[in-house]
Amino acid sequence: MTTTTRAPIRRPIGPWPGVIAATAAWVVAYTVNPDWWEWVVFEIGGLDPDSRLGVAVEFFVYDTTKILLLLVGIIFVVTVVRSFMSVERTRALLGGRREGVGNLAAAGLGVATPFCSCSAVPGFIGFVAAGVPLGVTMSFLIASPMVNEVAIVLLYGLFGWKVAALYVTAGLAIAIVAGWVIGRLRLERWIEPFVFETTLRGQPIDPSAGLTWSDRFAMGRDEVRSILARIWPFLLVGIGVGAAIHGWVPEDFFAEFAGPDNPLAVPIAVVLGIPLYSNAAGVLPLVEALHAKGLAMGTVLAFMMSVVALSLPEMILLRRVLKPRLLATFVAVVGVGILAVGLLFNMIL
Amino acid sequence: MDVKVLGSGCANCKALESRVREVLDAQGIDTPIEKVTDFGEIASWGVMSTPALVIDDRVAFTGRLPTIEELRTALTGAPG
Repeated sequence: MTTTTRAPIRRPIGPWPGVIAATAAWVVAYTVNPDWWEWVVFEIGGLDPDSRLGVAVEFFVYDTTKILLLLVGIIFVVTVVRSFMSVERTRALLGGRREGVGNLAAAGLGVATPFCSCSAVPGFIGFVAAGVPLGVTMSFLIASPMVNEVAIVLLYGLFGWKVAALYVTAGLAIAIVAGWVIGRLRLERWIEPFVFETTLRGQPIDPSAGLTWSDRFAMGRDEVRSILARIWPFLLVGIGVGAAIHGWVPEDFFAEFAGPDNPLAVPIAVVLGIPLYSNAAGVLPLVEALHAKGLAMGTVLAFMMSVVALSLPEMILLRRVLKPRLLATFVAVVGVGILAVGLLFNMIL
Repeated sequence: MDVKVLGSGCANCKALESRVREVLDAQGIDTPIEKVTDFGEIASWGVMSTPALVIDDRVAFTGRLPTIEELRTALTGAPG
C-alpha cells in the first residue's frame, strides 16, 4: 500500500461516511434477500416452486446470501468492539481474582477478548505465570472458543435468537462450572513444570491501546476477509448438502432414531464433534437441515459445542503445557458439561 | 539491529515475517529475522497473543498484523 491510497482516510471526515454507507447497503441487501432470490429462481430461472429441485436451489442461494451477510456484519462489529479489549488487559483484570468470582469473570472476558486458539499456549503460560489460578484460566480457555461469533451468528441465522441465546448461556455456564471444578481438583502438579519456571521479562504492551477508529475499522475489515477466506469452502459444502437434505430427505427422517427420546444421540453427537474443528461454518447449515428433519435441538447444540470447544488441534497444542492427566480431565469435565446441556435441552425443549 | 518474529507457525506469523522482510529489503537493511517458535520463550517476552514482533529486545507489536507503514516506522524510526 502506498501513501496515496491512505490519503483519503486522513481527511477530517474520517472513516464514518464509509461505515454508514456500508451499513445501509447491508440492511437493504438483508431485507430484499428472500424476495430477490424467490424472484430470480422461480420467475427468471423458471424453476417450479413446488419441485424438489426448485426448493433446494432457492434454499441454497437464499441461505448462502443470508449467512454471508450475517457473518460479514457480525464479524465486523464484534472485531471493532473487541479491539478495545486485549489478552493483556484481561490478564490484568483476572490477576487478583479468587476462584468462583474469578471463573465468572474469566468466562465473560473469554467472550469479550480477541483470542485465537493458536495463542492458547502462550496465553495459558502468561496467565498461570502471572498468578491467575488454573481453574480461572481454564474458564477463559473454554469460553473463548465455545462462545465464538461465527457459531452464534449461524445459530441466530438458522435457528433464531432464542436458540442462539440458549447456546450462549449454556456455553458460559459450562465454562464457569468446568473451570471451577478443575480448580477444586487441585491439579496444578499436572502442569508442565517449565510453565512455572517461565520468567516474564520486559513490559508487556497492550495491543488495544492507541488505536484510532480508522485502525479499528480496518481491523474489522481484515478480520471479515480472513475468516471468510478460511471458511467459505466449508460453508458452501455445508449449505449445499443442507439444501439437498431439505429437498430430498423425508420429513421426520431423524425423529425416529435421533429424536429427543434417544439418550444415545447426544453422546454420539459430542464424540463426532471433536475431530470437526473450525468447520463450524460448514457443520451448522448441515445440522440445521438435520434438525428440520427431526434431529432434537439438545443434540444439535451439544454437537455444535463439541465442534468448537473440544478440538483436536487445540488439545495437541495444550499438551505442551498440560500433562496427559490434566488434559484428559479437561476434556472429560467439558465433555460431561456439554452432554448434560444436550440432555437437559432435549428434555425441556 | 536485532529482529525477532514470535509465533508458532500460525498464518499471521508467516504473514508478519514476510511483511518485515519486505520492509527491510525495501530499506536495504540486511538483518536476519530470527523466528521464535518456542512457547516458553514467547511467553517469557510477556507476549500472550501471537504474532508478535521484537525489535532490539523490545516488544513492538503483539496480537495483530501491523501494516507496512507501521512496520516501516518501527523498523527505521521514521515514517515512510
